[in-house]
Amino acid sequence: MAQMIIDTANHIAGYAAKAARVKVVAAYPITPQTTIVEKIAEFVESGKMDIEYIRVESEHSAMVACIGAAAAGVRTFTATSSHGLALMHEALHWASGSRLPIVMAVVNRAMGAPWSIWPDFSDSLSQRDTGWMQFYCADNQEVFDTIIQAYKLCEDERVFLPAMVCLEGFILSHTYMPVKIPEQKKVDDFLPPYKSGWILDINRPFSHSNLVSPEWYMEFRYMIQEAMENAKRLIPVIDKEYGETFGFEHGGLVERYKCEDADLILLTMGTMGSEAKIAVENLRKDGLKVGSARVRVFRPFPTEEIVKLAKEAQMFAAIDRHISFGMEGFLATEIKASLLNQKDPPLVAGFIAGLGGRDVTFDTIGKIAKKSLKWMHGGKVEKETEWVDLRE
Amino acid sequence: MPLTPISYPTVGSMGKTGSWRTFRPEIDYSKCTKCTLCWIYCPDAAITRQEDDSPKIDYDYCKGCGICANECPVKAIAMHREEE
Amino acid sequence: MVTIKELPKEEYLLKGHAACAGCGTAISLRLLFKALGNKIVLVVPACCTTVIQGPYPYTSFVVPLQNILFESTAAAASGIVAALRQRNLKGITVVGWAGDGGTVDIGIQALSGAAERETDFIYICYDNEAYGNTGMQRSGATPYGAWTTTTPSGKRERKKDMPLIMAAHRIPYVATACPSYPIDLVNKLRKAKEIKGTKYIHILAPCPTGWRYDTSKTVELGRLAVQTGLWALFEIEYGKFKLNPPSDRLIDKTKRKPVKEYLTLQGRFRSLTEEDAERIQKWVDEDWDKYRKLASNSTSDFAPYGKI
Repeated sequence: MAQMIIDTANHIAGYAAKAARVKVVAAYPITPQTTIVEKIAEFVESGKMDIEYIRVESEHSAMVACIGAAAAGVRTFTATSSHGLALMHEALHWASGSRLPIVMAVVNRAMGAPWSIWPDFSDSLSQRDTGWMQFYCADNQEVFDTIIQAYKLCEDERVFLPAMVCLEGFILSHTYMPVKIPEQKKVDDFLPPYKSGWILDINRPFSHSNLVSPEWYMEFRYMIQEAMENAKRLIPVIDKEYGETFGFEHGGLVERYKCEDADLILLTMGTMGSEAKIAVENLRKDGLKVGSARVRVFRPFPTEEIVKLAKEAQMFAAIDRHISFGMEGFLATEIKASLLNQKDPPLVAGFIAGLGGRDVTFDTIGKIAKKSLKWMHGGKVEKETEWVDLRE
Repeated sequence: MPLTPISYPTVGSMGKTGSWRTFRPEIDYSKCTKCTLCWIYCPDAAITRQEDDSPKIDYDYCKGCGICANECPVKAIAMHREEE
Repeated sequence: MVTIKELPKEEYLLKGHAACAGCGTAISLRLLFKALGNKIVLVVPACCTTVIQGPYPYTSFVVPLQNILFESTAAAASGIVAALRQRNLKGITVVGWAGDGGTVDIGIQALSGAAERETDFIYICYDNEAYGNTGMQRSGATPYGAWTTTTPSGKRERKKDMPLIMAAHRIPYVATACPSYPIDLVNKLRKAKEIKGTKYIHILAPCPTGWRYDTSKTVELGRLAVQTGLWALFEIEYGKFKLNPPSDRLIDKTKRKPVKEYLTLQGRFRSLTEEDAERIQKWVDEDWDKYRKLASNSTSDFAPYGKI
């Protein structure tokens, strides 16, 4: 029986791991992820989940334990935030290089110093180069659905890469929203049993990942890039199939809202995408032709989708909940990179907003849109990167 | 190519390591008591235990470390310089 | 009591591997397989054994071997143990095989965590008393006075006592070993396999490359380490401390060879002063006071919690 529940995104992530029938969870607590691991502990102790729950002593060990378990042939799950994700950094590389289909929930939280427990994307975006696929969710239903979709994607033999499903700390992780949890049988039909490209087997011994000389290393890296390209094609297919089976779709790679006739398109990630929709409604009431495109998947980066969107608009405003110090937000950079070689690309303005959990409402986004429209009419982006709502 | 580096068990993964030698062990079988100590102490598994427990050195892989000669309780193994 | 001739002939470490000539670790690896066979999953962090395998697409090992990040041998082993249990696969021993650096320094956190969680695996530290893979820099296991590339005038600090640190975790089995005593090592490995919980074995693995001695002396040096009392062979089984032969006869100081006999054979101790050597001798004697007390204890400080 499908059930309608009202719960926080963290608890929902726990429900998703349960529905995906993971067999090993290795996790370490960190604010604001803690209620995920607590929910899983509750499921285990009440007999609702039959798993090995390794209460590891650090996030680095959490990811490595998942690597060991996935290599030994079972579906694994973990979750973390911020510094925990940063601590796992070398293990993230090891997981993707090992082509293991691990799925991790990342509850986005700002990096220190100084300490902050509030959300921004500096934690997950600074891991963009690790070979992990990255999804950014806008609501609790999407968190559930994306975790299930992620397992199907990661364990596809054309992919075999790990994925992180990102959700903003507190905005989603601790906020109650209605979510439909599908019938377990339907999930089992959608998600076949665990599959990975290789397995540790005493009947077929080999060394995994011993030393690879320059003669071979590049080809292994090329195969990861190929897998990312395959993932780019598969993600919308899986989303659509999921929608047909369970009734919820989330836009594939990029979720568009009123972009068809828009002069200005607002590009956002995560919950800002929801706020942007309201901003678009308000701006359109004033006769301004604005649309919103929420980048749901940051890795692989949806270059083709961005190019398609660009044909429809005169200007893009990219709103980054993140800054790469010494340059700009990654969303802005990657959009610009996608468009550079196109004929007559739109103007692209970058905005930095919401760092360390500063609130970004539809009001803020409306202001961003109005400024961008002004620049659009002037035919020139006055400032490559503008910081929004900064104190004087 | 496999999708991730998987290496299969191979004799001589580093090639014919016998080429590393400067000294080579020679067994005097008239002295050998077949105690098999040289066999168990060879770091390279280059000494095989025959049916009758006598040792046989595989010179393709013996690195010439000399442990066998040093440990032989009856000094049946001597190290000789490899002639170029 | 098994004899050398009763050990199986099969080799699961194939000849032609990349270990240095005279490598004490390579002897230990052969003994690992002689003791346990090949129903093993090995977890190997960055260490000499990473290189001993040889380069892709070849390996010298005939068991499934997961290479893993430096500090996380015990974490990877935890994951593998969990997966095998979920898959209901029995009769497979998970063995973490790490160097001293990856055990007492960077790897200690993961090992401590796995032990506290009572992870059912064997963790083996093969100790060549420095970071061998990267060219012999000092580790927490490097002994006082030893030359390494980062302590060229001799290490000032003492060797970390890893076996007793592991014993304080109250795990069911801790042992020390040395490939110069092959039957002792084999017995310990076989015993560990039959015990449930975390088992820790610390092997002193003499290293001609790092300790600067003629390659032929590896087994001899291991023997001298034990005969001088510098390396004691013991087991702590369910908390009960027991010295193994020949260490059991060395409580009597007159039976211990002077440590100088061991130190002078190694180039890494060349810069030791008389004073240093006396210091080392004094510390060995103090350690043996401790072993004497531990051996005579009828109750145990290290008994696993919950076991009487």
